[in-house]
Amino acid sequence: MSDISMQDSRYEANMGDYFALLKPRVMSLVVFTALVGLLVAPVPVHPFIGFVAILCIAVGAGASAALNMWWDADIDRLMKRTATRPIPSGRVEPGEALGIGMALSGFAVVLLWLATNFLAAFLLAFTIFFYAVVYSMYLKRSTPHNIVIGGAAGAFPPMIGWAVATGGVSIESILMFGLIFMWTPPHFWALALFVKSDYGRAGVPMLTETHGRDATRRQVLIYTIALVPVALGLGFTSIGGPVYLAVAVVMNLWFLKGAIDISRRDDAACEADKHKVEINVFKVSLYYLFAHFLALLLEAALRQYGIGGW
Amino acid sequence: MAIRVEHEVHGRRKNRNYGVLMLLLAFIAIVFGLTVVKVLQLGDLREFETFDHVARPQIVPQDGSE
Repeated sequence: MSDISMQDSRYEANMGDYFALLKPRVMSLVVFTALVGLLVAPVPVHPFIGFVAILCIAVGAGASAALNMWWDADIDRLMKRTATRPIPSGRVEPGEALGIGMALSGFAVVLLWLATNFLAAFLLAFTIFFYAVVYSMYLKRSTPHNIVIGGAAGAFPPMIGWAVATGGVSIESILMFGLIFMWTPPHFWALALFVKSDYGRAGVPMLTETHGRDATRRQVLIYTIALVPVALGLGFTSIGGPVYLAVAVVMNLWFLKGAIDISRRDDAACEADKHKVEINVFKVSLYYLFAHFLALLLEAALRQYGIGGW
Repeated sequence: MAIRVEHEVHGRRKNRNYGVLMLLLAFIAIVFGLTVVKVLQLGDLREFETFDHVARPQIVPQDGSE
């Protein structure tokens, strides 16, 4: 009986704990960008198939998050921000997270294939592999450019949404991928500049710690400059239009101004105003991505009435 | 000792068990819905008939075009 009473005193994970493994907040960004990729595509999708496709993409993203938490439980335990996650806090066993991650990955990919097409399912499988294996297992702990290459995992959803509708890859979907891919480094490094992280304690190389904060400020500017042609270029494709281009010009000028402001600052200035500029640029970067994808959606809606696009 | 059908662990895991139930029901609904949509999208139901069955001569048009 003694081991049974030990079992009794253990915490029993509930559905909420398992749901937390899927990183619901990250999932919302994935759902939004995948949905835009699907809706702006020139091929109409049956609403129910579209719903199932988005669900599969969301579950696939959640599954890769669960695999990431399984692999990173050792370093999550050491960092304040991640110590409350289900595995380090002891609410979910690591093996459970691995099982849930693998099972949901399989379900999401196979169901997406059955519901839509091979390419969409392949891209989803590749995204999960890229995030869980390439980013989590290799890049994250080995290079300060982890966030640059790893950002590809977050950039795939609109491309998958596009593939769901069209069954292919085109310049439009590549540029939507490029938009998120190029946006991730300045967005993340702006955050890294004002958040007191303990990545160093966990042995994760972050640009702010390996190359210093000045180098990070320069990189924010470089990547923001490189982002501009991608964002504007998307406006000249079949899914762009005057509305998108107007939004893109305004948002790029705003983001670029912020990046220039950051690059001109030093640690003393940051301490003096408690990272006001960095916090502001981080917020702008969120509006930036949201506004671009919303503008694409608006163009698609206007095209229905014959007034969107070029 | 009386045999209890309801073990204490059932109450403790109620949340999880209902969660799994909801997920399974949702999965059934999705697969069923997909089936309905896919079959309706075929338009010509003969395509469905010949997809994984041997074609029946009586559903092939008389003129022999198919």
